Amino acid sequence: MLSKRIIPCLDVKDGRTVKGTNFVNLRDAGDIVELALRYCEQGADELVFLDIAASSDNRATRREWVKNISRAINIPFTVGGGISSVRDVELLMECGADKISINSAALARPELISELSYAFGAQCVVVAVDARKEKDGHWYTYVKGGRVSTGIKLYDWIKQACDRGAGEILFTSMDHDGTHSGYALEPLSVITKMVDVPVIASGGAGKVEDFYDAFAIGGVQAALAAGLFHFGQLTIPQVKQYLKDKGIEIRL
Amino acid sequence: MKIVIIDYGAGNVFSVSTAIERLGYKAVLSSDINEILTADRVIFPGVGQASSALEELKKRGLDKILPTLKVPVLGICLGMQMMCAHSQEGGGAEGLGIFPMAVRRFEGEEKIPHMGWNDIYGLDSPIMEGVDESKVYFVHSYYVDVDERYTIARCDYMGEFSAAIKKDNFYGVQFHPEKSAEIGERIIRNFINL
Repeated sequence: MLSKRIIPCLDVKDGRTVKGTNFVNLRDAGDIVELALRYCEQGADELVFLDIAASSDNRATRREWVKNISRAINIPFTVGGGISSVRDVELLMECGADKISINSAALARPELISELSYAFGAQCVVVAVDARKEKDGHWYTYVKGGRVSTGIKLYDWIKQACDRGAGEILFTSMDHDGTHSGYALEPLSVITKMVDVPVIASGGAGKVEDFYDAFAIGGVQAALAAGLFHFGQLTIPQVKQYLKDKGIEIRL
Repeated sequence: MKIVIIDYGAGNVFSVSTAIERLGYKAVLSSDINEILTADRVIFPGVGQASSALEELKKRGLDKILPTLKVPVLGICLGMQMMCAHSQEGGGAEGLGIFPMAVRRFEGEEKIPHMGWNDIYGLDSPIMEGVDESKVYFVHSYYVDVDERYTIARCDYMGEFSAAIKKDNFYGVQFHPEKSAEIGERIIRNFINL
């Protein structure tokens, strides 16, 4: 049976990984290649690298560290952050990235999803969506690290992204991110029922039960966590063993 | 041992070559026919769309050369699919016809692409030696039917399909051995050691 995936996420700045709470107060959590290898040994199913300071200035730097990751690890990895064109993706693919994730650039110009999907295949196009629930009771997409509302409703956007050829949805609830109080199960269960592509839950994992809930209630195919793993509150084997014992299909 | 990875602008060649380097071998990335004809092992990777990848192959004359090779050839993912007869992808495309099976799109209740770690079983080939029923990494929306004559590993996702196939010196794997941790490395090593 297809396993549910556990995905550590590494926020990268200048070739090093950082992770803060609610996207502020960044702390240095170490060297990315070393951390990536440690996660592989622990049984991570995939890795995600988000280049949080991506700009045209550091594209060459990024190529270098993406290559280093590709040389070091033997599981799939996704690179995101500041990707806005077919050319950006082509360069990352040449360096060994398996998938790329796009976020604000896709909201700004949805055609980007179709272009990437056509050029590289839907399977490598992850559309990352940050969202919050606003006072009117609806979920809206956010950009700029969750600070700026786009006014675009979450479910409308996800539907459009899938229609345009997204191969996977990475959903982060900005209301839950960094709180360690559990994933946003309500929107996750709506999204997983709505779309045909795999969905990754992100934001809020704090204990093993949260992962179980994301799979059992949220219906997701994968669950992502960052600080929780970086600072060792939980290890991947702990999470996976718990899920296995609870009857979730997992790769040990 | 000369290992050539066919580089035709539609493959995850860097990942495959780094996987080979981790095993202690060197690989040549090339679409040059002379390089390919003098190889001891040929790896034919592929990601993306069948019809555009086949166009790239044809542009380089590789569609004629590949089926004539006598050394072990390993098609990975789309590479395996292109070695088959016909693909439904992108409105239909004729493959290289090394294997007679058709390539079809998944249909059913589960998510598509089939993405992640799934079990392979019914293993029957030297390239699967030492690989007990294990989980390997898949990413694909199209699959190759099981054919008793050629299927050497199976997987189940909304029905059984070929996880690996073999005919004479031609091997194909639907999963990504270069991304399947130690199990995948074992399979690549087995292929090199054939």
